[in-house]
Amino acid sequence: MKNKYSIFSLFKNAFSGHENWQRAWRDPEPKKEYDAIIVGGGGHGLATAYYLAKKHNMRNIAVVEKGWIGGGNTGRNTTIIRSNYLWDASAGLYDHALKIWEGLSQELNYNVMFSQRGVMNLAHNLQDVRDLKRRTHANRLNGIDAVWLNTDEVKKFCPIINTSPNIRYPVLGGTLQRRAGTARHDAVAWGYARGADELGVDIIQNCEVKGIKRNGNKIEGIETTKGFIKTKKIGVVAAGHSSVIASMVDIRLPLESKPLQALVSEPVKPIIDTVVMSNAVHAYVSQSDKGELVIGAGTDSYVSYSQKGSHDVVEGTLKAILELYPIFSRMKMLRQWGGIVDICPDASPIITKTNIEGLYFNCGWGTGGFKATPGSGDLFAHTIANDEPHKLNAAFSLNRFVSGDLVDEHGAAAVAH
Amino acid sequence: MFLINCPYCGERDQSEFSSGGEAHIERPKQPTELSDDEWADFLFMRKNIKGIQFERWNHSHGCRKWFNLIRDTSNDKIHGIYKMGEKPPKV
Repeated sequence: MKNKYSIFSLFKNAFSGHENWQRAWRDPEPKKEYDAIIVGGGGHGLATAYYLAKKHNMRNIAVVEKGWIGGGNTGRNTTIIRSNYLWDASAGLYDHALKIWEGLSQELNYNVMFSQRGVMNLAHNLQDVRDLKRRTHANRLNGIDAVWLNTDEVKKFCPIINTSPNIRYPVLGGTLQRRAGTARHDAVAWGYARGADELGVDIIQNCEVKGIKRNGNKIEGIETTKGFIKTKKIGVVAAGHSSVIASMVDIRLPLESKPLQALVSEPVKPIIDTVVMSNAVHAYVSQSDKGELVIGAGTDSYVSYSQKGSHDVVEGTLKAILELYPIFSRMKMLRQWGGIVDICPDASPIITKTNIEGLYFNCGWGTGGFKATPGSGDLFAHTIANDEPHKLNAAFSLNRFVSGDLVDEHGAAAVAH
Repeated sequence: MFLINCPYCGERDQSEFSSGGEAHIERPKQPTELSDDEWADFLFMRKNIKGIQFERWNHSHGCRKWFNLIRDTSNDKIHGIYKMGEKPPKV
């Protein structure tokens, strides 16, 4: 049983120099056999394991991770959480996640620093205005909070934005979802890892999957760098590397893996207390609790697993940032990095069974998976445990690419997820 | 971020080019006879290889011609370039 984190445990450990904290999760060697194995120890994978153990009582399960947990895209994103998607299926999916976020710190006894500071999306041309207004109406019909702000209201909500009509892409208004916001990305991985570990889930790090063994149409286990592990069910949550795992069983997925970049500035005093996104000029910015500006850039246009990304993409984003926020003109950027995101043709995720019995995929989150972490884990756990999708992820099966029933969020959510 | 040796213009920065994705995906000869599965395969399913991949690129801010590229997607190193219609060189 793990010690509960509280103000009292904080005091107690402060008096002993913080040297006696219990470890948050074990570091076990893999057992010979599990009832299910989750491939990928990011936020989505750990959340899946947590909900499998908690809601579906599957305790003999493992998460295998080739690096360290949360070392992939979970620790590389810009931590934005929102649910203002256009289509009904997406609204259901992302708002399910947002509702779990609202109670997550309490549930996990781990402060994920979820902050509902609002997310504002700017419109810069007439088409943007029409699209964003339409999305606001669609959101409200789905019970998701959304309001349209005119230029003056945008300026009032976030005074540092340059709302002059004379800039190249003037701000013509924007939408605001007040329930949206940010969370501490590492804490999400660590909180789910700690919660899953307490329920008996083995989290096995530095364990890369090398092959999937199957007998006809049934899963028998995985070959890893730590040997063969037997199992009948595999849930793959490998983000940018989903196609690599799929190729082990000769499945092709409708994905392209591309580097997505982000960067942070030097820390400064509080200057922006919300999240502002702009799809047309492709710039989004928020401020971390440490004071750094967190800036999201775009993806490269080509497939790459290099976790680097091109300079011109960052340059384009910073140009837009400077025009919208002249106040940032002399800020120094401290770090820049890339994560490999798996992009679907319709910019919607895939949470699905496959033609192989016992093999499930949760992928295609592309540039916007972080926000969905709790919901994705919950629904993927349901799909694995029941061998059937939950009604909220039924529309996100792999089969939609055969039936043509795509959930096209490209225009609606645009580039900045 | 890398340089591409356009077969028509010579070496230029990658930002001058547009990626056209996986190469050698042939449009079905008899589209009317395709099943939904086969259409999905042609339209959406991709190899998305980590390693040596054959790709189409367009010199969109230059000569605007298409050509093929062999690239290692794990480190963006280019292993060969050949024109449309030519047989891919051995890597």
